[in-house]
Amino acid sequence: MKITKTTKMKTLLNATAALLIFGTLLTSCTKNKGCTDPAATNFDVEATKDDGSCLYAEVTTENTTASITFNFTHHFNGVPVTVSNFNQFNYVTANNDTISISKLRYLVSGVTLNTADGSEVAMGGYNLVDVTNGTGLSYTIGQAEFGAYANMEFNFGFDTTANAASYADLNSTSWDVPMMMGGGYHGMQFEGMYKMNGNDSVFAYHHIVTKRPTMMDPFEANHIEVNLPGIALNEANVVVEIKMNIAEWFQTPNTWDLNTYHSSLMGNYTAQTMMQANGFNAFTVGVISQKQ
Amino acid sequence: MKQYSTKIIIVLFSILAFSCSKDELEPVTPVDNGNPIRYTLEVPFGFPQPYLPNDNPLTVEGIALGRKLFFDPILSGDGTQACADCHDPARAFVDSTLQFSIGIDGNPGNRNSMPLFNMAWNIQNNFFWDGRTTGLEAQALQPVTNPIEMHNTWINAVAALQATSTYPPLFEEAFKTTTVDSLLVGKALAQFERTLVSSNSKFDQYLRGETALAPSELNGFSLFMDENGGDCFHCHGSASNPLWTDNIFHNNGLDATFTDLGLGGVTGDANDNGKFKTPSLRNLSFTAPYMHDGRFATLDEVIDHYSQGLQSSSTIDPLMKTVGQGGVQLTPPEKADLKAFLLTLDDYDFITNTSYQAP
Repeated sequence: MKITKTTKMKTLLNATAALLIFGTLLTSCTKNKGCTDPAATNFDVEATKDDGSCLYAEVTTENTTASITFNFTHHFNGVPVTVSNFNQFNYVTANNDTISISKLRYLVSGVTLNTADGSEVAMGGYNLVDVTNGTGLSYTIGQAEFGAYANMEFNFGFDTTANAASYADLNSTSWDVPMMMGGGYHGMQFEGMYKMNGNDSVFAYHHIVTKRPTMMDPFEANHIEVNLPGIALNEANVVVEIKMNIAEWFQTPNTWDLNTYHSSLMGNYTAQTMMQANGFNAFTVGVISQKQ
Repeated sequence: MKQYSTKIIIVLFSILAFSCSKDELEPVTPVDNGNPIRYTLEVPFGFPQPYLPNDNPLTVEGIALGRKLFFDPILSGDGTQACADCHDPARAFVDSTLQFSIGIDGNPGNRNSMPLFNMAWNIQNNFFWDGRTTGLEAQALQPVTNPIEMHNTWINAVAALQATSTYPPLFEEAFKTTTVDSLLVGKALAQFERTLVSSNSKFDQYLRGETALAPSELNGFSLFMDENGGDCFHCHGSASNPLWTDNIFHNNGLDATFTDLGLGGVTGDANDNGKFKTPSLRNLSFTAPYMHDGRFATLDEVIDHYSQGLQSSSTIDPLMKTVGQGGVQLTPPEKADLKAFLLTLDDYDFITNTSYQAP
């Protein structure tokens, strides 16, 4: 082809047209993309399709609630007890019985925070503290508003209402109680051995949340309403150490004689009543840590 | 040149049009790619939720493969012994009445064959009398290589399966690979075992309100649940936990000194010596003899043990509270009632369930 001035002109025109069309299409294709969220800082009123470019201002809201966790620790008159100390005759009770521990687990439920003006924050729920297997030692209970609370409470075992319900997880771990003893669930299974005239003998200190003097009497509630000191919540994450003094189950106010009360205690009204009284004194609050 | 330019324009337009519209395309819907069909394990009345590992979901094809493997002697060293030879479905998956099962070389073991049912509800997930494996998949691997049981190697067992014309396609269906390996065999066997559910004993029917119990059976149940009677419930469950086992380990007073350390032999902790897994009380009519070493031929002997025969030792379970007196001292009528109750836990539907027989 011979190139003339005219053909040069046509070529130039065609190339210009192509670029124009290309540019137009490119623009038409991209001009409707952008941020379509009016809440974004770069909201594009002309954008019809969101391209994921939205940016947002950092929202800072002041946190006013605390997440509360109970960490359960155990001691025997000040000597720490963990599963590593089990099965050793390390402990002497108020009755001068030397004991070892082979199993310790108990149920905590209905944690409540009470304010000085009488209002309460009921957390609900329950937790099986299993020292033997090292489970349930940390229990995240729930949320409560910042502020001062006059005292903390929890139920050792279930109260009568909660004890009437069925809990599949507790059923499957042999935590339930025969109907003839009121049904429902144990408060505690605490087992081990004690020295009886120099010989090893077994004890099974099982607390349950119902009791009755005789088979003819109605059941009475036997859960333990544990009352703990108050707390001021001022950070988002609050961890409260709940300390159980195992020795208290044997000493205050009832000095426990394992030679008399060692097993078959679930249906023993006197034993259950003494457990309830001693259990009131078994818990104290240890270290409280609060973090953002 | 004009035509050429026009072509360029059309091409550019097309490219742009395509690039502009591709964002609007719907995502491609995955097609059915032959995945195995999920199997839902039904939770019987009163049972807790089962433990089903995420890395071995139950599938129709996996269960079928496990069932075929369970009944096939191909896994043994000389091709003569299947899992089912020591785990007979007609006997709730224990061996015959043998105290100890005999392996392919004619050698006896030292523990009584365990029954297989409700394995998915062993939520502690420890298996064997001494709890030496965690997970049913791992458990299923052991008898194959145990020298006094199936006495094989996994290299041989896998090669034997791979060489067949039947198994590779079944592995393909179950696990999407024709390459057999021992872990997949364990998974398939575990899947089949998790489907072995016993939940229709007379006592189950009683709990569902479908039948009544005889007075002796009811009295036996009361003794079972009575802390001053048999006090069996602390380890063997209750109407609220109708697995009839806690699936954990206890020293139930069989011996004053130990010839078999049980859990202690696994953990190395002397405090675990003489502890063995609590067996379920379901299907006792089919599972004699009893205890980890099959020392008791009859249920009467078992009840006599707890009543008068307890032996104290350093690791005796405190729940054996009457060990000082030798046992719970049941009278002959109480023993008869307790036995009557225990027999209400037999599940005849379980031992005849066609899904559990050889394929």
